[in-house]
Amino acid sequence: MPQETNMQRTIPIIVCFIFGLFMLVQFFVPHHASISAYQTVLDWMQIIFVFTLLVGVISYAKLNAKKITRTQTGWGYNLIGLIGLAVMIILGLSMGTGEKTPFLWMFNNVQAPMQSTMFSLLAFFVASAAYRGFRARSWEAGLLLAVAIVVMLGRVPLGNFISHWIPDAANWILRTPSMAAKRGIYIGIGLGTISTSLRIILGIERTYLGRK
Amino acid sequence: MHTGTLIAAFLTLCIFSFLYKDNPFYKFAEHLLVGVSVGYVLVIALNTTLMPKLLNPVFKEGRFDYIIPGILGLFMLLRFFPKYAWLSRISIALIIGAGAGVAIPATLQAKIFAQMQATMINFASVDGIIVFAGIATTLAYFFFSKEHKGWFGTSARVGTWFLMIFFGATFGYTVMSRISLLIGRMQFLLGDFLHVIK
Repeated sequence: MPQETNMQRTIPIIVCFIFGLFMLVQFFVPHHASISAYQTVLDWMQIIFVFTLLVGVISYAKLNAKKITRTQTGWGYNLIGLIGLAVMIILGLSMGTGEKTPFLWMFNNVQAPMQSTMFSLLAFFVASAAYRGFRARSWEAGLLLAVAIVVMLGRVPLGNFISHWIPDAANWILRTPSMAAKRGIYIGIGLGTISTSLRIILGIERTYLGRK
Repeated sequence: MHTGTLIAAFLTLCIFSFLYKDNPFYKFAEHLLVGVSVGYVLVIALNTTLMPKLLNPVFKEGRFDYIIPGILGLFMLLRFFPKYAWLSRISIALIIGAGAGVAIPATLQAKIFAQMQATMINFASVDGIIVFAGIATTLAYFFFSKEHKGWFGTSARVGTWFLMIFFGATFGYTVMSRISLLIGRMQFLLGDFLHVIK
């Protein structure tokens, strides 16, 4: 690793401070020049974000290519991944992404079915995890279990078939006690976000710079 | 039968085969899914962001100020060259700093003031009082600067009950959403693919 100078850590901290302070102060300045500059910085962020995405894609391709060239165990699967990546990029960039394009066909017939099946698998794993973990060993665990059962039954016709009180109870739980805890968590997250953001802008939090 | 339906059904069954155990069909589908998803996200990002926000403004509209984010973006790619990798920190610093600056007022409005306002508006009802008590006790549970003893400990304990209700409701909702996805896949396999159901 090359020797690191102070400047290499100071410049990013200054950039972070300037842009952080500007975006914060801009909120309180409703002038059109300020709003325009704000929009420009948002565009800049999106552009840089695409390049960060590109870094991830290159890393993914490099990692897979390395395993293939070294013929490591399961290298064939890595080749499949790379082929999938290459096909999507070639189709998307050469023939567009609109309706009736091969790119969209790949999305509808390859990506979307696999993605939804992958998530639907979680139904089985959640059920088995619940069977093992949901033992009403304490009042809190029992409460969690009872609420989960009422909400699940309240969302399907079976709940209404048993009693119309079940959907009503499920709706009340979601609207009142569950909402209360959700708001409490939101307020906590909000306070945490604000304090962390301030630490970042003021240069106290520097973990994004990496290790020295 | 459409080729697309046949391929989608094969890939769906490949993924479901994991319910038996990890096997080559599942691994094939898993790696294909990752590769295709990465390619999809990249192409969409290039088409919706890089073209309209960088290449078109610079090359078609002559807005050369947009070269700056382009250069900062290229700095990100220098992460692959250890000697110049530090330059990518400048781009990261811009995203992190500007993101933090945007987050403070946005969070204050959406996560704190809006939540408090919604609580206050409905305060004059039994449900409103329960919600207020729930928020106060939930926050008490997450406040660790004071020992959870006495009346404060009791309110923190009540807070855990509200949290358990929230977790239970969220769990129930998550299970139902996964079940509905499973039903969707079963409808596809038995309807579109096998034509057993209509």
